[in-house]
Amino acid sequence: MLTFTLRRLLLSIPTLLAISLVIFLILELAPGDPVASMPLTIPPEVREKIRESLGLGAPFHVRYLLWLKAFFVTEPLHALDALLGTDFAAGSQRILSFQSRSPVFDIIAERLPQTLTVVGMAYLIGVLIAVPIGIISAYRQYSWFDQIGTLIAMLGYSVPTFFTGVLLIVVFSVHLGWFPSIYDTTLVVDSWDSFLLQVRQMTLPVAVLALYNAAQISRFMRASMLDNLHQDYVRTARAKGMGERVVVFVHVLRNSMIPVVTVVALGVPGVFGGAIITEQVFKVNGLGQLLITAIYGNDVPMVQTLTFIFAILIVLFNLVADVLYGLLDPRIRYD
Amino acid sequence: MTDAPARPAEAAGPGGASPPAAGQTRKPPASPAAAVWRQFRSHTGAVVGLTVFAGLVVAILFGPLVWTVDPQLIDIRARNLGPTWAHPFGTDQLGRDLLARVLAGGRVSLAVGVTAMLLSLTVGTFVGVVAGYFHRLDGPLMRLTDLFLALPVLPLLLVLVMFFREPLAGAFGPEMGTFVLIVSAIGLTSWMQTARIVRGDVLVLKEREFVLASRSIGTPSRRMITRHVLPNVMSPIMVSATLGIASAIITESALSFLGLGFPPDFPTWGRLLFDAIDYIRDYPERVMWPGLAISLVVLSVNYMGDGLRDALDPRIRGR
Amino acid sequence: MRLKLILLATAAALAGAGPAHAERGADGHVNVIYWQAPSILNPFLSGGTKDIESASLVIEPLAGYDEKGVLFPRLAESIPTVENGGVSADLTTITWKLKPGLLWSDGTPVTSADVVFSWEYCTHPEGGCAQLGAFEGVKTVEAVDDLTVKVTFDAQKPVPYGPFVGGQSPIIQKAQFADCLGTKAPECTAANFGPIGTGPFKVVDFKTNDVIQLEANPHYRDPAKPAFATMTFKGGGDAAAAGRAVLETGEFDYAWNLQLAPDVLKGMAAAGKGEAMSAFGTLVERIEMNLTDPSPSLPEGERSTAKHPHPILSDLKVRKALSMAIDRALLVEVGYGQAGRPTCNIVPAPAMFASDNTDCLKQDIEGAKALLTEAGWVPGPDGVRVKDGMRLKLLYQTSVNAVRQDFQALIKQWWSEIGVETELKSIDASVYFGADPGSPDTFQRFYADVEMYANNFNGTDPQAYLASYTCEKAPKPETQWQGENINRYCDPAYDALVAELGKTADLTKRTEIAKKLNEMLTKETYTIVPLVDRGRVSARSNSLGGVVLNTWDTELWNAADWYRIK
Repeated sequence: MLTFTLRRLLLSIPTLLAISLVIFLILELAPGDPVASMPLTIPPEVREKIRESLGLGAPFHVRYLLWLKAFFVTEPLHALDALLGTDFAAGSQRILSFQSRSPVFDIIAERLPQTLTVVGMAYLIGVLIAVPIGIISAYRQYSWFDQIGTLIAMLGYSVPTFFTGVLLIVVFSVHLGWFPSIYDTTLVVDSWDSFLLQVRQMTLPVAVLALYNAAQISRFMRASMLDNLHQDYVRTARAKGMGERVVVFVHVLRNSMIPVVTVVALGVPGVFGGAIITEQVFKVNGLGQLLITAIYGNDVPMVQTLTFIFAILIVLFNLVADVLYGLLDPRIRYD
Repeated sequence: MTDAPARPAEAAGPGGASPPAAGQTRKPPASPAAAVWRQFRSHTGAVVGLTVFAGLVVAILFGPLVWTVDPQLIDIRARNLGPTWAHPFGTDQLGRDLLARVLAGGRVSLAVGVTAMLLSLTVGTFVGVVAGYFHRLDGPLMRLTDLFLALPVLPLLLVLVMFFREPLAGAFGPEMGTFVLIVSAIGLTSWMQTARIVRGDVLVLKEREFVLASRSIGTPSRRMITRHVLPNVMSPIMVSATLGIASAIITESALSFLGLGFPPDFPTWGRLLFDAIDYIRDYPERVMWPGLAISLVVLSVNYMGDGLRDALDPRIRGR
Repeated sequence: MRLKLILLATAAALAGAGPAHAERGADGHVNVIYWQAPSILNPFLSGGTKDIESASLVIEPLAGYDEKGVLFPRLAESIPTVENGGVSADLTTITWKLKPGLLWSDGTPVTSADVVFSWEYCTHPEGGCAQLGAFEGVKTVEAVDDLTVKVTFDAQKPVPYGPFVGGQSPIIQKAQFADCLGTKAPECTAANFGPIGTGPFKVVDFKTNDVIQLEANPHYRDPAKPAFATMTFKGGGDAAAAGRAVLETGEFDYAWNLQLAPDVLKGMAAAGKGEAMSAFGTLVERIEMNLTDPSPSLPEGERSTAKHPHPILSDLKVRKALSMAIDRALLVEVGYGQAGRPTCNIVPAPAMFASDNTDCLKQDIEGAKALLTEAGWVPGPDGVRVKDGMRLKLLYQTSVNAVRQDFQALIKQWWSEIGVETELKSIDASVYFGADPGSPDTFQRFYADVEMYANNFNGTDPQAYLASYTCEKAPKPETQWQGENINRYCDPAYDALVAELGKTADLTKRTEIAKKLNEMLTKETYTIVPLVDRGRVSARSNSLGGVVLNTWDTELWNAADWYRIK
């Protein structure tokens, strides 16, 4: 397994390079213009000048190579400088956002905490409720618990978050006044009161996202459990007189985890990507909002960098999933 | 939880010979398809799901023949009406009849949802099975999956539309061209999860005794996949199908907002839902109709999927 | 001086009591929400309205426009005119005098060197300054003495109030930006995110595209202002959410630009927590007619160019009929409510420049039908008119926006009543308003028969705006599809009149020419079909006082005067 992991890690370098090139190509081809959002009162000659000052005058491959260099050399050096107080990266060009003209990585670092707290928490809660719901629903298939679980899961998935979010705001913020409708990103948690405030402002967005995530994961959990509960080995285990608890939690659950591990591993990079719609609805202004405003503003360096970090996480977590398969079911071999 | 519940035990009950043998040794029934259908019929949820789904399809296909109001007709004096006999679902902010719009929107949403889901499922299952089963192809195909997962969807869609809208409109006519474009765009950007999940299951299956046994007697790969592998990965595929149809319907509406989908006056469920959000406080029923329609489709597909999975499972069918 | 101010500020903060708006910082905290989040506080590096307006709390120009569109001095002592000798008789120079004793928020004095530097900063050839337009025609900017600045134009400038006037053209501190010229501009993140200014507030913390925290500027020139000690400026979300936060939940005090359907806004205001205010400027929602043929059957590079006149819309009668079929009052009622009024002008304000053109206000379906028949278009078997085997079918595009889509649907219906078939198309705003020469969907490229959007002009003088419809400004492949004359309108008489306007200083004469130009584009040729004079709607909470909505300059122009109603 170790050699497999190492080999895959090595292999991911060319994969990621290829991915970065494809992303760059797509952004290059996509219609759009970083000055599109500026008022029409700015004349075309001035717009052209602005474009040039953003470096858009240079040919495609030059811009790509510059970005690669900045991403793999300048930015790590810069991080090193910041950590150790050294001066390796002096004078070299960092990746700058078109919109704010500030270093992309600084903005990402600024946004990461709120995204991780809200979206990460929602994902964690989603997984934590989905797994038991999936197990019970499968174990007692077609019981009232299963039926209600199915109904809620399906509603949770089929009704988009732009709807549930606004619905919760109208009910809980406007009518009842229990929770704020706008997330305060400047809140510093340093006391019990501010912690309560933080919990209050996180409740609605986390609820919306957790419902959506739980809906999806619980369905896969249930389906997979059902498959395994019907297998011969379960009958054999029961016949051998094993306790029901052991049968379900050790044998069936372990064997049912593979699809769930896949789905969860696919979802974790998504946490980093933020939740575009929910962040917009509640003004969480995390990485999802960053990405979407960058896309609308044609902020190519920002979109490219965010998407590429996202790609790294995808490759990494899919590798983690593959390794976990091997641990869950030792019969799986990759060589 | 320690007591053995009746149902699962029953489900895994007698009659379940080892899966590959089951289909071949049993007394010949009418046909496998008939057996599947018989089992499907005995599943209450599936029958209800099928009925609701069929009802929706009939309503959407033939409803406009009965309810002949033009969904695009603006009657500005009849704006923002609640349900009345003249407008059973009420009217929108321009006085367009919502019943007619929900019916008309259903055609597009259902067609897009089902087709895009099928496309994404086909691609995803194919990639997943091939990658899981043939070790040599696993690496390249999974790296391709990684690539697709990493692509920024919005810019990708903009590129697709820029390059393919006019050629497709030329080849299939404007409306069919848009349909093909939307369905392929959604299909192209949503197959990866299915592929990863199916592959994971196939990796396990490949090492199961019955597969090893079957392979040892020289069953060719194609037959192995269709007879032994595919039926055993049906349940995640069914779940993907249910979830896929919901996200396809919603994605379609997102596309039309970007100007990538159907013309702006063309109603679809996702669009009706989105348009109604601003009015949620004053006219909540306007959100309800399209929302209800989408949820009904998803729920009915879900139960049909449940039934179909049970029906295709030889261990259960054999009962 | 400085110490005294600090003492005053502290005293104000400590005192707390007293009349609501007499002491700096007495009214505590104020929350402002903009549904578009500011990315940067340096308007020279970003043309976005959200950036200019948020920055206007911090940095100021020499003069600004009040809510009536009248110039008033901010950092300048008075407005220079020919009468007071501030503008030279030959109209080539303008001399500004700074108020004495002005301090930056760091306590250093404001001098004419800062003004000169602001010009140097923006006009640096490699800087990519977004506000370069304000400095068009400026030859030099010189510091005559510490408080006097002289701007010299390279030609006669009848309206010399471009440079250093309005939120787009503020004065930045030389000491802070001295090392940020040209290509170095984007590297000065700290300065771009926290400019030192003269405005009522100073930046405490700036989170790009998210939130700004500000506090009262201790050195603001009026020791009693601003009444608020701190301000949170939140960005992001959508107009509905911003409106809800002020009008329904009361979490915020001020919400900017609530482009919402009138019913929605009314429903929100009914909650009684605040009020929606509106004011009118020069923004006009209009339909533009393509005078060239956008047919896809033409080879690329010839589509929508002057080579091929439009087969249908080249006929004035057709254009006029299309305009006559539209009921503008209804459009306003459906889409804008109190924030809109029907108009037939592309220059709807200031009043002296607005033509009294009201012909288009009454919908006339029968007249439109007759006009089309007269033009040779007769109804075909399916009701759509035909002429020489060609159907009267138009492609009508606009950007994605709920109100615009409602307008499209309504207008499509009216046009179908007069026998015109309309295909609708909506394009994502970032593509539509982008100028990517590779994209077929930009509004300049105009691969459609008619299109709709809104446009306005800065300040109160429409000269540059009207000048954008001259022949040479038509977008074409040779200019990478850049250009403002998107109809490809071309009339030598119009060009001559525009040239004349550039040379006329007499105000009465100027208004006459501007009105004539406006009419040439609208009621004489129906090249542009104005629909709605779009006002601005913003909301304030019931407890926020002193707000005066201004459409001629930044909306936060008088934030120094805001106070808490107790």
